[in-house]
Amino acid sequence: MRDVEKSFGAVPVLRGVSLTVHRGETVCIIGPSGSGKSTLLRCINGLVPITAGSITVAGREVNDPKLDPLALRRDVGIVFQQYNLFPHRTALQNIMMAPVHVLGQDRASVETRARALLAKVRLTDKADGFPGELSGGQQQRVAIARALAMNPKVMLFDEVTAALDPETKKEVLVTIQELAGEGMTCILVTHEMGFARRVADQVFFTDGGVLVEEGPPEQVLDAPREARTRDFLDKIL
Amino acid sequence: MGGPIAGLFRWLNDVHGLNFSVFTDAYDAHRFLIGLRTTIGLSLSCMVFSIILGLLGAWLLSGPSRLARAAVRFYVQAFRNTPPLVQLVFFYFAIGSLLSGAREPLIGGYGWAVISFSLLAGAFNVEIFRSGVEAVPPTMVEAAQGLGFSRLQTYRYVLAPLGLRICLPALTNNLVNLVKTTTLAYAIGVPELLYAASQIWSEVLNVREMMYVLLATYIALVAILVWIMERWERALRIPGYTP
Repeated sequence: MRDVEKSFGAVPVLRGVSLTVHRGETVCIIGPSGSGKSTLLRCINGLVPITAGSITVAGREVNDPKLDPLALRRDVGIVFQQYNLFPHRTALQNIMMAPVHVLGQDRASVETRARALLAKVRLTDKADGFPGELSGGQQQRVAIARALAMNPKVMLFDEVTAALDPETKKEVLVTIQELAGEGMTCILVTHEMGFARRVADQVFFTDGGVLVEEGPPEQVLDAPREARTRDFLDKIL
Repeated sequence: MGGPIAGLFRWLNDVHGLNFSVFTDAYDAHRFLIGLRTTIGLSLSCMVFSIILGLLGAWLLSGPSRLARAAVRFYVQAFRNTPPLVQLVFFYFAIGSLLSGAREPLIGGYGWAVISFSLLAGAFNVEIFRSGVEAVPPTMVEAAQGLGFSRLQTYRYVLAPLGLRICLPALTNNLVNLVKTTTLAYAIGVPELLYAASQIWSEVLNVREMMYVLLATYIALVAILVWIMERWERALRIPGYTP
């Protein structure tokens, strides 16, 4: 990602962000509210088109006008703060929809895989539950399984634990940690500093639409070089 | 005509002078049943076509083509802002006369009634479905796009099923109106219920009795429709979800 800029109308949100995430890495983007973290994440899968700069994801130029945005999104899974499961479909159907309708895969084999994914996020018994019948943590794990069903190369997590209570938070974070351990490339926007410290290979601190500081968590979180990073960490810890 | 029902109405006629000829006279009964069948057929055809028009219009309104959006808005305005009877008469006399075949007209009264009422109810359905689709949280669209759904797939698998649940009560209202609007076809001689009833009362001179029968029939028809729609609404209810 090089020199990425994004404005909503006249309001600049990203003002020249450059960063690199290597395959298999887990990185956390931290920073105060309104610093452009979520926008940055949505630029990566083209949900938000960028104003200037360039983003390359698994060999694809995101802002190439010839790019098929749907093909890009098949390679990049995204999980949202509010889970955003489809309420009219069961947990199992939520996971199966995209592989069946978007990839045109065979229903029976997708179902086998979907059940395996539900087992992976420890929700085997909730396959036929509707999202409205599941707890927040359970919904979020279904959402992770739903994104994984597309076999993405990269997973984006947008403050996925922000709406959860401390107990259910943990079950979701454990799921992500397992995923990271298996070598999935994970990009998280998060306020979970403990999680960032344990799991992240790199931490990026953004403020006011620019990347202020980056490095391994022990450096950015424990010995920040920049005054703004120190300020932010002092406020939240 | 025999049977206990015919007997009851014959007694009403003899003793109280109330002539419900549709229950006592085979010819009138036959005419009335043809009217009932025509009304039901007309209503069902118009429901199907108007729902298709509504879905199509709402889809185009949410689309990128400015021309398509303008065309749909013009269509809705044209049919919402003019009286239904004027529309029907316009189609039958103004357009119908342009499309005359060799011997008989290309499209008859029944055909024009289907076209006219479908377009009318369709215009309202466009607005109803649009309101439903717009009430679906934008986060649902984001989730669908994030999974690689195309615009059509997003509409078909997410927006339409969720939006339909939201706008079903409004759709029921419009379909009830549609059933009642089919009586306007009387004006162009389509043998629906009102037409059949008027034929009977002008010959038998039992206007008041036929009015009772007519009103009771519409009450029953609409009650059946509403019952079906409410069952559908209940069947679509999602456990643990309130839109």
